[in-house]
Amino acid sequence: MRFIRTHGLAVLAHLLALLPLMVLLWDFAQGQLTANPIREVQLRTGKQALLLLMASLACRPFYIITGIRQVLPLRRISGLYAFLYVSLHFLNFLVVDYRFDFPLIREDLFEKRYAVVGFAAFLVLLPLAVTATAGWMRRLGKNWKRLHRLVYLAAVLAIVHFLWQTKIDFRRPLVYGAILVLLLVIRIPAVSEAVSRPRRWLAKRQRGRSAEARPESRFYP
Amino acid sequence: MDKIHPSEITPERLYFSRRKFLAGLGLFAASTVITSACKLGGKEPGPGGFCDSAQAGATTDELGAGLTACNDIINYNNYYEFTLEKTGVAELARDFKTSPWTVEVGGLVKNPRSLTVDELIRKYAPEERIYRLRCVEAWSMVIPWLGFPLGKLLKDVVPDAKAKYVRFTGVHDPKNMPGQQDRYFPWPYIEGLRLDEAMHDLSILATGLYGKPLPVQDGAPIRLVVPWKYGFKSIKDIVRIDLVEDMPDSFWMSASPNEYGFYANVNPEVPHPRWSQSSERRIGEASRRPTLPFNGYGEQVAALYAGMDLRKFF
Repeated sequence: MRFIRTHGLAVLAHLLALLPLMVLLWDFAQGQLTANPIREVQLRTGKQALLLLMASLACRPFYIITGIRQVLPLRRISGLYAFLYVSLHFLNFLVVDYRFDFPLIREDLFEKRYAVVGFAAFLVLLPLAVTATAGWMRRLGKNWKRLHRLVYLAAVLAIVHFLWQTKIDFRRPLVYGAILVLLLVIRIPAVSEAVSRPRRWLAKRQRGRSAEARPESRFYP
Repeated sequence: MDKIHPSEITPERLYFSRRKFLAGLGLFAASTVITSACKLGGKEPGPGGFCDSAQAGATTDELGAGLTACNDIINYNNYYEFTLEKTGVAELARDFKTSPWTVEVGGLVKNPRSLTVDELIRKYAPEERIYRLRCVEAWSMVIPWLGFPLGKLLKDVVPDAKAKYVRFTGVHDPKNMPGQQDRYFPWPYIEGLRLDEAMHDLSILATGLYGKPLPVQDGAPIRLVVPWKYGFKSIKDIVRIDLVEDMPDSFWMSASPNEYGFYANVNPEVPHPRWSQSSERRIGEASRRPTLPFNGYGEQVAALYAGMDLRKFF
């Protein structure tokens, strides 16, 4: 029981993050990746990477609003899985789609600004994934936090990448972008202060009440 | 569901995937049962049956590239009238009625006509044309169409001297085409050709593929096929053909004027504003192919554009 209480959320996060990959492998084995499997893999891994990156960025806002601390460790888990999917996305592009054809890649990159931006996002995420360990956290000290603020940049790049590769229906990337803006705005100290006020007020009142109802708690804290 | 919490976004997607995964497991179990049952009967279940009796007069195009598998042609469709999901079109299009169907041919012509598709087929006797189809999204197919030259029909209605362009209109039927209920797009689908492009022998009105009448998802009952232009020019489900004086505004030009031009000739040298057109993936192949100018039909059609700056008239 204790294991479930302390690790349940993390286990669930691992499973949920891995599921799309299992589904992908399953569909691949079954030949169910449409008539254009390379593109399908690219779309799915990209979408999953973006969703996990946003999930990672949603943990702190969730904590700010609800006060539930347990979600904070999920930042690292979803962030690392986001990087896994980004890597698959990048490898599918480099190895499967373009087969290391660097002249063609170079030529294409000039004409595909979305690919340049996507590659930039990958490069930004790379040091974050490498330094995601406790050891690196210790070694970098204060700078660890500074470095990991780059995840905001990566998320913005990812949204721009999503938007620019969209053929015509920009609604979905714009919705993702709007959600990202919300997730970032909540982090502004004044805003976090404001959105967490109801929770803190509620908690304070509850404490007051329980103190009234059970005065002995004052004597046996 | 009135309030969507940002942190709910991922779980929703993951739940969906899980559901799909579980559905997959269920499907696997079911298919095991069905295949073993069918083995007893000695017959594999076919996907809808269209491709069971697919036939074509050749196995390659004139450049030696193999035909795209029938199943891929009928299950990978860009047909926004139904859905933006390529693999979802076939299912949504299944019950769409394409008969009876009348095509009005009018505008600046001496003999405006109103013809059913059956009449068109009887009159113009479609023949097989194996064409490459290059999508603006950088994938391509080789498709054995059944069709007849558009020019024959246009000659029969006798265009006026003033007529410079041909405007095609697709059917507008939001009740039966769920994608058309989405007001994001300027329905109905409109396309256009310059009159000389329309009169070119390569431009056909197709009514079939792989030896059979067109499946709905591929544009039944009648569609345009202009093989040297990006696929979106080859409008599906045509109900009107008008000869006009001014260059028509097409669906894609209205939807995104900076990115889609009137000509839309396949050209590896002129990238889409946001992606390259220099190579393509042929459906069914793993590696990329270099994209050919005019999709490989330059010898026949390049003269139509002599002296034009193809970067400007994209």
